[in-house]
Amino acid sequence: MSLVDFVTDLLNPELSFLPKALLIAVMSSIVCGVIGSYVVLRGMAFIGDAVAHAVFPGLAIAFVVSGNLIVGGTIAGVLTAVLVAVFSQNRRLKEDSIIGVFFVAAFALGIVIISQAPGYAGSLQQFLFGSITGIPDEDLYVVGAAGALILGIAFVLHKEFVAITLDREMARAMGLRVFWLDIVLYVLVTLAVVISVQTIGNILVLALLITPAATARLLTDRLGLMMAVAPAIGGASALVGLYVSWSWDFPVGGTIVLVLTAVFLAAWAFAPRHGQLARYFTRRASAGSPEAAV
Amino acid sequence: MSVLDVTDLSVHLGGRPALAGVSLSVDRGELVGLVGPNGAGKTTLLRSIMGLLRPRRGRVVVDGHAARPGRSQLGYVPQRHEFAWDFPISVENVVMTGRTGVQGLGRRPKEGDWTAVGDALDRVRMNDLRERPVGELSGGQRQRVLVARALALEPSVLLLDEPFTGLDMPTQELLSELFLSLARENRAVLMTTHDLAAAIYSCDRLALINRSIVAVGTPVELRDPRLWMDTFGVGENSPLLRILEAV
Repeated sequence: MSLVDFVTDLLNPELSFLPKALLIAVMSSIVCGVIGSYVVLRGMAFIGDAVAHAVFPGLAIAFVVSGNLIVGGTIAGVLTAVLVAVFSQNRRLKEDSIIGVFFVAAFALGIVIISQAPGYAGSLQQFLFGSITGIPDEDLYVVGAAGALILGIAFVLHKEFVAITLDREMARAMGLRVFWLDIVLYVLVTLAVVISVQTIGNILVLALLITPAATARLLTDRLGLMMAVAPAIGGASALVGLYVSWSWDFPVGGTIVLVLTAVFLAAWAFAPRHGQLARYFTRRASAGSPEAAV
Repeated sequence: MSVLDVTDLSVHLGGRPALAGVSLSVDRGELVGLVGPNGAGKTTLLRSIMGLLRPRRGRVVVDGHAARPGRSQLGYVPQRHEFAWDFPISVENVVMTGRTGVQGLGRRPKEGDWTAVGDALDRVRMNDLRERPVGELSGGQRQRVLVARALALEPSVLLLDEPFTGLDMPTQELLSELFLSLARENRAVLMTTHDLAAAIYSCDRLALINRSIVAVGTPVELRDPRLWMDTFGVGENSPLLRILEAV
């Protein structure tokens, strides 16, 4: 399918779900790119994974009682994030074990709940792998508002998030409320996941959070640039992914993630300073001239 | 006059006593070394001075005020491995994070903040590397960055936790000189260290600690080997005592 056909389809009123899905996918990718930068730099990808799974029982309950999926997912995700933060205060268990306990439990709860809904197999697949149809109009506003709120909070607390990532002990010594900042960051991750889950699916949403930020990290040593490049990569990949998925009738979540992965691999190979090719040439150059090897 | 006063401080960690009845004063202009075996409570004492631990008894007074996180005139330099060196951030921005606590939410750094950062980098002689990503620095340079971050708040007391660990001798010597000159600029500097030779050479006074203070004094005053045997729990033939004799 040519790009012109894709644009025609986007403008076709009978396919009104398509521009909605595109808008939501791009908006959520941008938000995930920014929040994912913190996740990648703090090495808390596992928490992202946990939260992604933890929103599932909330989605399931909302689905069974026909409530709003975003609200349901948010409540479940935030609850799990807070539980993890509180239980992590016990030094006997490491945080990753606590997360391992809670996120599987949450996912299990979700499966039990959704099995109570008649004909659940189809909707289960939709939750897990994403879908571009059946997004209500109101979700556009909810995702837009939630996205703006997430980015706004990240902007206000950016300095503090950087400080607790660099050195928690020093952050405490400066009088920062490290525990509460952790909770706020977990909640932001949860919200970013929840607004993305519908199009990309529960299993794959982690890629939206991690891959663009990890790609951006390969490309730059400057935090500001990284947090601008990550959402750009995420947004562009969502656009390309949706186009490819619509053209070849591929599942949308999987296609977007594969596009993201391709960009990541390209960066891994061709990044200007830290890429494999650049390293190869630096090594050869320094092997050729002894004084450069120092 | 003393700017840091610890009086009869007792701290419990996990229900066990970590510090018992510790009293210690540090004056402006002096470099004091805190020396003792592993588990003697050196880091616990520093953390208590920062106000990060709640003591059972006793108090810490900094510049006439009870110590509180973010309020006291204290600069803290944690052990180097506490810091995320892989973070994509430049030297000057790390030093700027030292001022996070006083900047207010959502505020960008102002001119005064940059002046303080520039001064701190001058003090540790790292101004020419201010735009370098921290991941590319050597061990000694990293230690200087952490010191500069602590100096960004212009504190009257500087606390250093094991600043020499993992550094070679020339680097240690340069850092010792730096710490001494920082003390002479009218600050009180208290550092923990395992490097006895360096401590004896560079510090004005030493405090021997093992749960409580065993002795405090100038290196010359602490010649008596029994003090060191008590502190470290070693016998008369310990190589540790021979190092002391040698220096």
